[in-house]
Amino acid sequence: MSQINSMESNQTNELIKIENLSKRYQKKQVLSNINLTLEPGHIVGLLGPNGSGKTTLIKILTGIIKEYNGSVTIHGNVIGPATKALVSYLPDNSYFSKWMNPLDVISIFKDFYSDFDENKCLEMLRRLGLNPKQKITQMSKGMIERFQLCLVMFRNAKLYILDEPLGGIDPASRDFILDTILTNYNEDATIFMSTHLISDVERIFDTVIFLKDGEIVLQDDIDNIRSSEGKSIDQLFREVFKC
Amino acid sequence: MPNQFQSNIPIYLQLVHKFKHRIVSGELKAGSKLESVRDLAIRFEVNPNTMQRALTELERDGLVYAERTSGRFITKDTKRIHKMRDTLAEEIIEQFILQMKSLGFSNQEAMELFQNKIEKGMIK
Repeated sequence: MSQINSMESNQTNELIKIENLSKRYQKKQVLSNINLTLEPGHIVGLLGPNGSGKTTLIKILTGIIKEYNGSVTIHGNVIGPATKALVSYLPDNSYFSKWMNPLDVISIFKDFYSDFDENKCLEMLRRLGLNPKQKITQMSKGMIERFQLCLVMFRNAKLYILDEPLGGIDPASRDFILDTILTNYNEDATIFMSTHLISDVERIFDTVIFLKDGEIVLQDDIDNIRSSEGKSIDQLFREVFKC
Repeated sequence: MPNQFQSNIPIYLQLVHKFKHRIVSGELKAGSKLESVRDLAIRFEVNPNTMQRALTELERDGLVYAERTSGRFITKDTKRIHKMRDTLAEEIIEQFILQMKSLGFSNQEAMELFQNKIEKGMIK
């Protein structure tokens, strides 16, 4: 890992730096005292049951939630326009309007993001057998998820934040999504991905973070976990989060 | 899924084992070029850093070597490959003996069953 990072000429190797981050909604403490540093060149799994604070953490990193306590920086910048240019974000729900077809969305992406690779995206639509002029509302759920992932991964970003990219999908979609992530991953970027379907995807992570009731209870290399615990990440997860 | 992994062993070690097997069986030929880390990671559906670690381990074992600009190759040292083949065989035999023991067979009995099976297989 260090050999990858040493190629970075940047003064800081900290892609994400979170210090003493807390967030509460009225009386409910959603995140408490999160400290986290992530470097470029990793695929990181953010794991936790529903309500553990995963989406809140992601929304803070992507600038959607602006009120919180503590310090959060991406590539040395506080969250704002500068970080939005560095982050490619896949939200956990669809954001397309009813009238849109893939070509409309692609032209919006082209306008918004100078790092978006339109040709790659069109090529992928062809490979998926998607009609670029078919209304998105008429596409299957699996197809929409694949299309959305392509949009996000075909930006040349520093940080990819994927909130539950494996929603309610079939195994073929799952393979497509994992392949797309691995194919487009590059060593200067980090992929930060939340999921609750651990057993299927843990092999593409190198680091996992367990979030429990708004706190990080574990952050480690997956093969360290396997050798020290003698368990897969999925098995360990089931133990830590047993009801 | 084409590539399953056991849950209790680090993935990189399981990759190392898969590669050793492919090398000694001749599926990967001595002196041949390996795919890039990225392509191998995609093929095995694993993290590129995990694949990198597996290849580094194979380099340390002398089964794979890296050339600065042109990538990684399987060793040309067939002696080393044969030695690895013996090591893997030994592991399998050890496993066999241990498991037969745990079923309560003596070495003698295990040997006879083994012999029997081979002879039967050869008649066929």
